Amino acid sequence: MTSMAPEQEFETQDLMINMGPQHPATHGVFRMVLQVDGEVVRDVVSHIGYMHRGGEKLSETMDFRQGIGFMDRTEYLAQFNAELSYVMAVEKLMDIEVPERSQWIRMILCELNRLSSHFMFTGAFGTDVGVFGTGFTYAFRERENILDLFEEITGDRLMYAYFRPGGLAWEVTDNFVARVREVLNVSKQGIKDMDGLLTENEIFKARTQGIGVISAADAIDWGSTGPVLRASGVPLDLRRTEPYLKYAEVDFDVPVGKVGDVYDRWLVRIEEMRQSVRIIEQCLTKLQPGPILPERMPRMLRTPPGEVYLRTEAPRGEYGIYMVSKGGNRPHRLKIRSACFANLQALRDMTIGSYVADAVVILGSLDIVLCEVDR
Amino acid sequence: MKGILKSMSVTLSTFMRKPVTREYPETHKELPERDRAFPVLLWAEEDKEPFCTGCHACERACPVECMTVLMKDNPNHKSVGGDSSRRKIIDKFWIDYGRCMRCNICVEVCNFDAISMNNTWAGHETSVYDRADLVMDLPMLLAQSRSGELKPWVAP
Ligand code: SF4
Ligand code: SF4
Repeated sequence: MTSMAPEQEFETQDLMINMGPQHPATHGVFRMVLQVDGEVVRDVVSHIGYMHRGGEKLSETMDFRQGIGFMDRTEYLAQFNAELSYVMAVEKLMDIEVPERSQWIRMILCELNRLSSHFMFTGAFGTDVGVFGTGFTYAFRERENILDLFEEITGDRLMYAYFRPGGLAWEVTDNFVARVREVLNVSKQGIKDMDGLLTENEIFKARTQGIGVISAADAIDWGSTGPVLRASGVPLDLRRTEPYLKYAEVDFDVPVGKVGDVYDRWLVRIEEMRQSVRIIEQCLTKLQPGPILPERMPRMLRTPPGEVYLRTEAPRGEYGIYMVSKGGNRPHRLKIRSACFANLQALRDMTIGSYVADAVVILGSLDIVLCEVDR
Repeated sequence: MKGILKSMSVTLSTFMRKPVTREYPETHKELPERDRAFPVLLWAEEDKEPFCTGCHACERACPVECMTVLMKDNPNHKSVGGDSSRRKIIDKFWIDYGRCMRCNICVEVCNFDAISMNNTWAGHETSVYDRADLVMDLPMLLAQSRSGELKPWVAP
């Protein structure tokens, strides 16, 4: 006699999956522990700190000139923006007026850096959604083009150490304006390429639309800034809301998204690249010859006692430097407010309920730089 | 479908463009004048000695403390019958390339223009099998400059 087992509900158990620390999709050394039920993510715990080098503590032993090199290493995709916050914090403490020419050049370089950083995003993000190779190599081609220009000016491809409190380390090359225009023309084509390659692609849309949604209120609560916040529809851009350098004198739009999903973050960044090109073109017409350092620059960089918080809009969001000085030539305490660190906190909210394959896409859309998260 | 075709047209259009890559070990990209590889010491051809006086300024300014400088009395100084105007001169000099972060600070603080960043490919292709081999001593640091290949660029 055969007995039929009655149909019964099997109890299922969630599975824990370790993603990282060495995983190509985590953009560095980052570990996500996913709790999955079948293919659906139930919980995400992110582990950071693998890249922690004690940069903030180290900066206390560095004088203001030495510290600049360390700022590059916190944000290895937007080095000029990181340097900028640091030197501007020192300038604010010391009350130094930066010459016009230096300000324009800083702006051009920071925007070019935003371009190169966003190109990197478009390439790496393409890889996350499955555009293996193609998009990545296109993006790198464009980025290399910009890095070549940086190398001609500063001498280094990545760790520029070029900004100084008061201005710049040395003059730009003689053919600077012509070279920037040349690079811009190539970059414009590059933006068109990346835009054409993915934005309207149905497969890409299917992978990105409607996932990783975060509402404006949540994004604000988590302290997100930069494209992640703007994709949720909050037009907060420090270049617009509290203009530094010469941003008040140039025209540009702040693109915002509607839904706050991964696709919107892509659109916002693509549009930001176009705006960067626009800003640089305006800067080039306003660039005048002149000194790059103030006339009465103290030989020794010594700040009066005090504290300052200075924030700028880096490609990934608000990059802030909180500097306490007790007088002397080095900071007493330095705190780096990292945009990626705050953006990464929202990861759990965005990922819960999505598929495992989408977790990678969501993480990629945050465009994190682990060196900046961990400092 | 339209979007995918558009993507394809981008990929196709790159077929027509010239390649941007190089066959690396065979062909090298031309380096800009300001290129910063690792710091090297400069050789004063007319005096047959290094420019460096061993003043320790760079050693003190280096953020990662990768330099070691020892100074000595110049045996070739005028006061002892030589023809050099440098009273003090470098005795021993080490730079640990494994630690150097190529920040250019040593070049900026040197008052004697005695050190500059290597802007040749030799400065970039420094791979060795042992980290200890990256500690450069005085003859190694001067070799580039003495060979005449180096065209030093010091920021004005
Ligand atoms: S390289 Fe220049 S700063 Fe360094 S010890 Fe020699 S002379 Fe002094
Ligand atoms: S380049 Fe910077 S890290 Fe390297 S030896 Fe000179 S001061 Fe030190």
